[in-house]
Amino acid sequence: MKPAEKVRIEPALEAISLEKTFTVRGGLPGSAAKKVHAVSDVSFQLQPGTTLGIVGESGCGKSTLARLLLQLIEPDAGDVLLDGSQILQTRAGLKAYRRQVQMVFQDSSASLNPRLTIEQSIIFGPLIHGVDKESARTDAHELLTQVGLEPTLYAGRYPHELSGGQRQRVNIARALALRPKIVIFDEAVSALDKSVEAQVLNLLNELKAKLDLSFIFISHDLNVVRYIADNLIVMYLGEVVESGSVDRIYENPRHPYTKALLASMPSTDPEERTHEAPIVGDPPSPIDLPQGCRFAPRCPSAEAVCTANAPAHDPVGAEVVRCHMADPVSGHSLAGQSS
Amino acid sequence: MSIVNSEGPQTATPISSLPVTVMPRSVGYWQSVWQRLCKDKVSMICLISLILIICASFAAPLLTSYDPAIGSVIKRLKPVGTEGHILGTDELGRDMLTRLLYGGRTSLIMGFVPVFLALLIGGSLGTFAGFVGGRVNAIIMRTADVLFAFPSVLLAVAIAGALGAGVGNALVALTIVLVPPMIRITESATTQVRALDFVEAARASGAGNLTIIRVHVLGNILGPVLVYATSLLSVAIIMAAGLSFIGLGAKPPTAEWGLMLNTLRAAIYSQPLIAALPGVFIFIVSLSFNMLSDGLRSAMEVS
Amino acid sequence: MSTPLLKVADLTVRFRTEKGTIAAVNGINLELQRGQVLGVIGESGSGKSVTLRALLGILPPRKTQISGAITLDGRNVLSLTKRELSKYRGGEVSMIFQEPATALDPVFTIGQQITETVMRHGATTKAKARARALEMLDLVKIPDARSRIDNYPHELSGGMRQRAMIALALSTGPKLLLADEPTTALDATVQIQVILLLRELQRELGMATIFVTHDVGVAAEISDRIAVMYAGRIVETGTASDVLKTPRHPYTNGLLTSTVIGARRGETIDCIAGMPPDLAAMPQGCAFAPRCPLATTECTAAVPMLKKSGADQFVACIRQEADGRHAA
Repeated sequence: MKPAEKVRIEPALEAISLEKTFTVRGGLPGSAAKKVHAVSDVSFQLQPGTTLGIVGESGCGKSTLARLLLQLIEPDAGDVLLDGSQILQTRAGLKAYRRQVQMVFQDSSASLNPRLTIEQSIIFGPLIHGVDKESARTDAHELLTQVGLEPTLYAGRYPHELSGGQRQRVNIARALALRPKIVIFDEAVSALDKSVEAQVLNLLNELKAKLDLSFIFISHDLNVVRYIADNLIVMYLGEVVESGSVDRIYENPRHPYTKALLASMPSTDPEERTHEAPIVGDPPSPIDLPQGCRFAPRCPSAEAVCTANAPAHDPVGAEVVRCHMADPVSGHSLAGQSS
Repeated sequence: MSIVNSEGPQTATPISSLPVTVMPRSVGYWQSVWQRLCKDKVSMICLISLILIICASFAAPLLTSYDPAIGSVIKRLKPVGTEGHILGTDELGRDMLTRLLYGGRTSLIMGFVPVFLALLIGGSLGTFAGFVGGRVNAIIMRTADVLFAFPSVLLAVAIAGALGAGVGNALVALTIVLVPPMIRITESATTQVRALDFVEAARASGAGNLTIIRVHVLGNILGPVLVYATSLLSVAIIMAAGLSFIGLGAKPPTAEWGLMLNTLRAAIYSQPLIAALPGVFIFIVSLSFNMLSDGLRSAMEVS
Repeated sequence: MSTPLLKVADLTVRFRTEKGTIAAVNGINLELQRGQVLGVIGESGSGKSVTLRALLGILPPRKTQISGAITLDGRNVLSLTKRELSKYRGGEVSMIFQEPATALDPVFTIGQQITETVMRHGATTKAKARARALEMLDLVKIPDARSRIDNYPHELSGGMRQRAMIALALSTGPKLLLADEPTTALDATVQIQVILLLRELQRELGMATIFVTHDVGVAAEISDRIAVMYAGRIVETGTASDVLKTPRHPYTNGLLTSTVIGARRGETIDCIAGMPPDLAAMPQGCAFAPRCPLATTECTAAVPMLKKSGADQFVACIRQEADGRHAA
C-alpha cells in the first residue's frame, strides 16, 4: 500500500459484481436445461476489523456467495479482491489466499472428519501449509484454550464425543489455525441451542478483538445479525436488495423486502403480538425469475414500472437500495418518498 | 492417542471457561468397532475358525509328513479314522488331511488374491471416479456397467476358458469379474463423503486433492469397502473352486478344494464322507466370511 | 374452572440406552384446558419432544418405560389398547412436525393423504372425505386449493407443505394438537405466516394445543401459558406474560437474557455458562445447580418441587421466596 496516495483504507475483502449461474437439467430427456441464478451482480466491501452481515431467506444465494468468496467455486463474472489486489488463480495463489480467508460451516458435525481427533482436525490446515507438527500441535492446544476447551481434556477426543456447541468451538479453532484475517461464518450458530449460541457469539466477539479479525456473518436470524454485525447486506433471489450500516437498516429500512423481513421477526412480548403477516407466500425459486424487479410479485407496493424493468442501483456504493421507490426518476408513484 | 505437551500443562486461562468435567478416555473408531465385534459371538466363532483354517493351511508341512502329490495304490479310499490317515485317503491313496491342508492354500490364495487386486484396482478407480465426478465418473462407471451386464460366473468361465486352464489365468479371470462391483461400492461411498462439509473445509484450508483423498476420504470409505470386500472373499472362494471343478483352475496333481471335489466324484457312493470333505471346507470358509462381513457391518453401524 | 381436557400426572419416560437407563422426562405434571395453548420452551435434550411423543402414544414400547398418568377427556391414554390407540392418534390427538418433507408420504398426493386419514377416523364416503380435504386446504389458506389437492408433497414449497401438514392434522377435528417446532425450518417471512395461521385456526376450531419450541419469540406469539423444561423436568410454568416478563427460575431468566434480542453490539451477552447435563449422569439435586449463578450447597441436596410463586406462576427453585424475589 502507498499511504500518501490512498485516502480510503483498502477493504479487507471486496466483491465486485459477482455472478454465478448453475444449470440444472430438466427432468425428462430432451427438456430444456434451466438456469438457476444463484448470485447476480453482488458487490460489497468488508472493512478491516468489522463484521459484515449477510441476511436472506432460502434460495437467496447466500451460501453460494460464501463459496464464491472462498474460491471453492469459480464465478461466471466478477472479482474478489483481498486487500485491494486480485487473487492469483494459480495453485500457489489460491493456497496463499486460503490462508487468509477461512470458513465455519453450519453443521458442526458434518464439518469435522469423524475419523480424526480434534487435534488432528485442527493441525490439518497448518500441516498443509508447511508448519512443523510440533509447533502446529502447540498452536492447536493454545487455540483450544482460546475457544474455551481445555486441551488436555479435548485434544484427543473424537467429534461424536462432543456436544454441538463444543464441536462448533472446535470448528472455530480449526478455522483460526491458519491465522486468517477473515473468517466467514455460514449459519454457524443457527443449529445451536440459544444459551450455547450466546456463549459462541460472546466468544466470537472476544476473538475478533484479540486476533484482529474481520468477519462475514451469514445468517437468517435477524437478531443475531443485529448483535454481531456492523454492516449488512440483504439478499433476495441472488441480488443485494439493500445494504448499509446495521443501525441504519434496522432503524430505517428502505427496501420493502427488508421492511417485511424485519416485521416478520416474532415479538417477544405476549401482549404485543404480530397481527398481520407483512408479506404473503413463499420465497420463489431462483429458477424462473420474474421480469423486472425480482421482488415485485410479493411486493405490497408493486406497480407497472416494477414488473417492466429492473431497478437501477449504484454498483459500488456502501448504501444500496435496489428499489424503484428509492429512485426519484424511476416513475414509481411513491418514488423518492421513502427514507 | 496420547497428547504430547511439549511445554508442560497449559496455564493460560480460557476466556469463556466451561466447567471441567472428567470424561472417560477416548476410543478410536476402529478400536470401538473391534470392541463391538468382540462382543458378537457369531463373528468371533467365524473369525476363529477362519484363522485356524488359514494358519493350518500355511503351516501344512509342519502338521503333516505326507506329500500331497504322492499316494499309494494299496491305500486307496481308506475311510475316515484309518490308522495314520485321520481323514482317510483319496482315490489315488493320498492322505486326505494333507490334501485338504495343501488344497486350502491354493483355494485361499485363489480367493484372497483376486479380492485384493480388485480392491486395489476397483478401489482406486472407484475413489477417483467418485471424487472427480462429471465426465470421468461417467466413463469409468459406464465401463464397469458393461462388465456388470454379464452374469459373473459366466464371465469368469468365459475369460478363464479363453485364457486357458491354470491358477494364474483363473486369478486374472476372477479379478476382472470382481473389479466392477468394487468400483461401484467405492464410488458410491466416495460420492457420499465428498459431499460432506469437512471435505470442503479441507479444500478451503488449501489442501490438494491427493491430500484430501488420503486424509479425509480413505478413512471414511474404508469401513463399507472392507465389509464388502469380506463378503466378496466368500464369493471369490466359491467361484475359484467352481473354476477348478470344471477344469479351468488348478490342474492335477495340485491340491485344490474344487478340483478335489471333482476327482472324488467317482467315490461318492463308496466313500461319501471323504467325497464331501472338500465341499465342507469350502462351505465353512465361505459362510464364515459372509457372517463375518455381516458382523462387521453391524459393528460399524453405531457411529 | 371446568375439568381440564388434558391432565398429565407424574409422567416419566425412561429409555434403555447403551449407557444404561436414562430418564428423558422425569415426573412432569401438566394441565391443559380446552382451547388453551401451552408453549413448551426448552433446549435440546430437555425432554420437550419426548413429552409430545408420549402424549401421542408413539414411543416404541420395546425401548421405553412410561410411568405416571395421561388423562385426556377422562380417559387414561396409557392404558389404551392397540386398536383404541390407533383411533386416538390422529383422531383425538394430532401432531405436526418440524420437517413436513419427511412427515408427509412422498408417494401420495396431499389430497389422497388427507382423504385417507378422514376415512380412517370417520366412516364417510370417499366423496365426502375428499370434500373435507378440500375444505381443510382452503382453511389453511393454500391458494388455489382445488388444483393443489392433487399435488405431491415435493411439488409444494416449504411453507405450503407445512400448511398441508396442518390441514392433514386438523382434518379429523382433534381435541388436542401437538406441534413439535413446526416453524423452525421455515424462512422468517413464512414462519410468521404459519404462526398467524395456527393462532387463527386454534381460535376458530377451539382445539387445545401444545406448542414445543426453542424460540422464545415464537412461544410469545402463540402461547396462553408457558412451561419451561430443563433436563426432563418442568422448572417454571405460568401465563405467557408472567413467565416471559417476570421469569422466576434462574434458568428461565438466563434463557431470556441470553437471547440476543435487544443486546447491544460489542456488549457481552449475559449467558448461561456450561451446557445441559448428560441425562445418563445427572447432577445431584437441582439439575440446573452446576450452571446456576445462585446455587448454594442446599441446591444439591434434593430436587426442588414446583411451588406456587405469585398469582399463577409455579417455580421449581429453592432460592425462590414466596413473594417472587430471588433470595440472594
